[in-house]
Amino acid sequence: MARDTEVLVLGGGSTGCGIARDLAMRGLEVTLVERGNLTDGTTGRMHGLLHSGGRYAVSDQASATECIEENEILRDIAGHCVEETGGLFVQRPEDSDEYFREKLEGCRECGIPARVLSGAEAREVEPYLAEDVKRAIEVPDGAVDPFRLCVANAIGAENHGARVETHAEVIDLLREGDDIYGVEVRHESGPGKRTHATPGATEEITADYVVNATGAWAGQIGAMADLEVEVRPSKGVMTIMNVRQVDTVINRCRPKGDADIVVPHETTAILGTTDEEVSDPDDYPEEGWEVDQMIDTLSELVPILEEARTIRSFWGVRPLYEPPGTGTQDPTDITRDFFLLDHTDRDGVSGMSSIVGGKFTTYRAMAEEISDHVCEKLGVTAGCATADEPLPGSENIETLEAGMDDFGLRSPVARRSKQRLGSRASEVLETDDANPVICQCEGVTRAEIRDAVSQSGSDLNAVRIRTRASMGNCQGGFCCQNMANELHPTYDEETVRASLDELFQERWKGERHALWGEQLSQAMLNYALHATTMNRDRDPASAEAAVDFAAFDGGGR
Amino acid sequence: MAIEDDVLVIGGGLAGATAALAAAEEDVRVRLVSYKQSTLRHASGLIDILGYTPAGEGPLVDPFDALEGLPEGHPYERVGTEAVREALEFFDDIAGDAYDGAHTDANALVPTHGGTVKPTARYPASTAAGLASDDRDTLLVGFETLPDFEAPLAAAHLEAAGAPFAARGVTVRFPGLVRDDAKVTRYAHLLDHDEAVTTAAGETTARDALAETVRGHLEDETRVGFPAILGDDHAAEVRADLGERLAVDVFEVPMGPPSLPGMRLEDLLYDALEDAGVRVTTGVPVVDYETESDGTDATGPDRIDRVIVDRHGAEVPHRADQYVLATGGLVGKGVDSERERVFEPIFDCHVPHAADRYEWFVDDVFGDQPYARFGLPVDRDLRPLDAGDEPEFRNLRAAGAVLGGYDFAAEKSGSGVSLATGYAAGQRAGREGGE
Repeated sequence: MARDTEVLVLGGGSTGCGIARDLAMRGLEVTLVERGNLTDGTTGRMHGLLHSGGRYAVSDQASATECIEENEILRDIAGHCVEETGGLFVQRPEDSDEYFREKLEGCRECGIPARVLSGAEAREVEPYLAEDVKRAIEVPDGAVDPFRLCVANAIGAENHGARVETHAEVIDLLREGDDIYGVEVRHESGPGKRTHATPGATEEITADYVVNATGAWAGQIGAMADLEVEVRPSKGVMTIMNVRQVDTVINRCRPKGDADIVVPHETTAILGTTDEEVSDPDDYPEEGWEVDQMIDTLSELVPILEEARTIRSFWGVRPLYEPPGTGTQDPTDITRDFFLLDHTDRDGVSGMSSIVGGKFTTYRAMAEEISDHVCEKLGVTAGCATADEPLPGSENIETLEAGMDDFGLRSPVARRSKQRLGSRASEVLETDDANPVICQCEGVTRAEIRDAVSQSGSDLNAVRIRTRASMGNCQGGFCCQNMANELHPTYDEETVRASLDELFQERWKGERHALWGEQLSQAMLNYALHATTMNRDRDPASAEAAVDFAAFDGGGR
Repeated sequence: MAIEDDVLVIGGGLAGATAALAAAEEDVRVRLVSYKQSTLRHASGLIDILGYTPAGEGPLVDPFDALEGLPEGHPYERVGTEAVREALEFFDDIAGDAYDGAHTDANALVPTHGGTVKPTARYPASTAAGLASDDRDTLLVGFETLPDFEAPLAAAHLEAAGAPFAARGVTVRFPGLVRDDAKVTRYAHLLDHDEAVTTAAGETTARDALAETVRGHLEDETRVGFPAILGDDHAAEVRADLGERLAVDVFEVPMGPPSLPGMRLEDLLYDALEDAGVRVTTGVPVVDYETESDGTDATGPDRIDRVIVDRHGAEVPHRADQYVLATGGLVGKGVDSERERVFEPIFDCHVPHAADRYEWFVDDVFGDQPYARFGLPVDRDLRPLDAGDEPEFRNLRAAGAVLGGYDFAAEKSGSGVSLATGYAAGQRAGREGGE
């Protein structure tokens, strides 16, 4: 029977998009479906650390080795998503010397370049480190933009013929006897690019092989075909600061613990994290004490964090997994390794494998291994090329950068735009039309917003993750409206209004966790701008009752 | 040696300026000190009294009708409806021709840059021809380089809101601008001074070029709306000039920050302060205060003897008989917060709030937000009250957004509360200070 596609990938996170691109580059026909926007699950909810492997150099050397290998590959193939910040494992006086030594040795055993800095040297690198830090190990940690990287993989997959459907939730696995042959999805709008207010259809997509790359949601997918996937979702909080208190990744050098990392990320610094098992990856408590813990504990390393402004917090859910019967109690002890569960071997059900566990830094290697497995199943011999082929945006980046002008933009805006767009900068920013700045905090121009809209439809959150617009200090208070304006006239007024409301509410979601001091002041300003001047909270266009215009003042002159 | 006045107003926004002007009516020596730029430049310049009840009913045709029904503790309930009317008349006198709306108690519905309408009691003359209850067909003009206002979208939005006229929007290039990211003050300046600009047709002036740009888009509309950038010091002239060239009425659509109508209102108030002889010192924060140490009985509230003003590093005491606190709300930093508490930073006046900061908000961004009501509770004399409902000080009154118990953004009552409480606090401070 002819199937709609050769391979159907479920899940638009880094793993799913990585697999889609890998297989598409090998010449397979690939369809990817994602419930929300790309990165909506775990990928878009991480701290943006590109691991050197140092973190696992004592506890899990296999992961550490894989991290440093992939770290080096990503610097090459995804240069426009990576900032080579370097990282420090910082020891405070109360932290164990023994562990510091083990960490250093571990790094060396795993091939992670590591160098010891004295406390004074470490503070020279990062002046806001506490004055009593004892010493530090310098490693090649980096910062990576998970949104940009994931989207670049999706674009790469599409460039090789893949179909990527976002806002397409899997509502059933199609199973006949012991064979899984596809899924039924519900499109929120369409199929195709999302357009608010366009009714969605359900669609059956059949495939020769299905890859369940839904991470923390893999258990839910498996259950649709009566398969048990013992994923153990574990939540972690991340708190975003309004500026970069540090330009280097700062790790606490101690065995394990919550609140032990600060990652500089674009204009911000991200504090992380915690590790606590949850039963439902879509519904778990997000609490203030978790935010307080980030600030209070990390202030031991970087004291100015205590008084600094946070702009929002968010939680992510790790897709941890361990084989049945392992019985680890503490989620921090569960391995970060990934598992490929072939349901033929495991459950006697053919046509699908599930991927669980793993971590962002090694997404490419995971995708490669899974793609190899899929190719073997389908009898395809083509090899993996993703370790050498740059992602869209990272092709010939140095040569291109040298030749690029400023596109008529002021230099900070031009610089940041080019960093985000990489080798796509000329194609996106060269325009004869007016190109004003839409988001001042992040320096995003109309041309970049429209490029994102052309990729993702009327969904302004999809525009946000592609451009960073509305992700700065004002959290969209000043720019959400302007972003929405760019949807028109491609999309009509009602669609624009719905999309704006959705983005504004999404921004509020994370901001709620930062509501004191400057950010409470900012929140009140945002509320006042949108409610007082624009009357968006009581917009007659959205209200049920019609306004009797004739009863109001029609002018006195 | 301290600087001595009868009335000292702290805060230079709408409430503080109104308080100082009202106090000055009483023939006393009045000083106004302010620290940061006021929030007027963020505001639309519209003078709203009440657009919606606290329960969300509205838009209200007659704001005065609804004032009587406001809950106890609302700033309007504290000062009383009559004071609101008097304050508005006081404003009308100050504003003169610059504002309209005094001919009726009914609210006006003014189209703003988001495209929908907002209820307001008074509006700048520049917006008068754009009222949504006026049924003349309307052309809205936006500029390619001004992303805050998408005219065709705003026109569609007005129609979706049910406005009783046909609205059409066009987007044009603003003649004479060199950069795509010019500030709104640059647009205003070009028109204010009618600067020479070069267009495809040759050398001309900014107003002429703009009129020519719009002319080709005009069909049978009799009014044309522009984003609120039509001049600053000579706004009326710019508007009249454009109207004459196009043979239509020209109006402005209020915009977000930086807002020229807000800045024009600020200029108007500061001119009035100067005319009234109020001594104004800007850019200086009040950093501390001292109470009178003797002569007060032990049981009653303290009197403030002096406040300490930081004048560029020098701590200068300012003494007055009466003080008015008009430092603004969360935005103006008259109300501040930390993870554990919400407080008033100068006098540490009581600010009611839940102990758990997760009870300061609700999850719907436009829901009934507790934080929006943060501020000082006051008695009917506008004196801040402590946790036991006793006045914090004998001679301190509060006005404007520093007050609590109301959500100005949801009610569309910010300007009205600032005017009414500023007027009442200033008048009473002036009377007592003159005794």
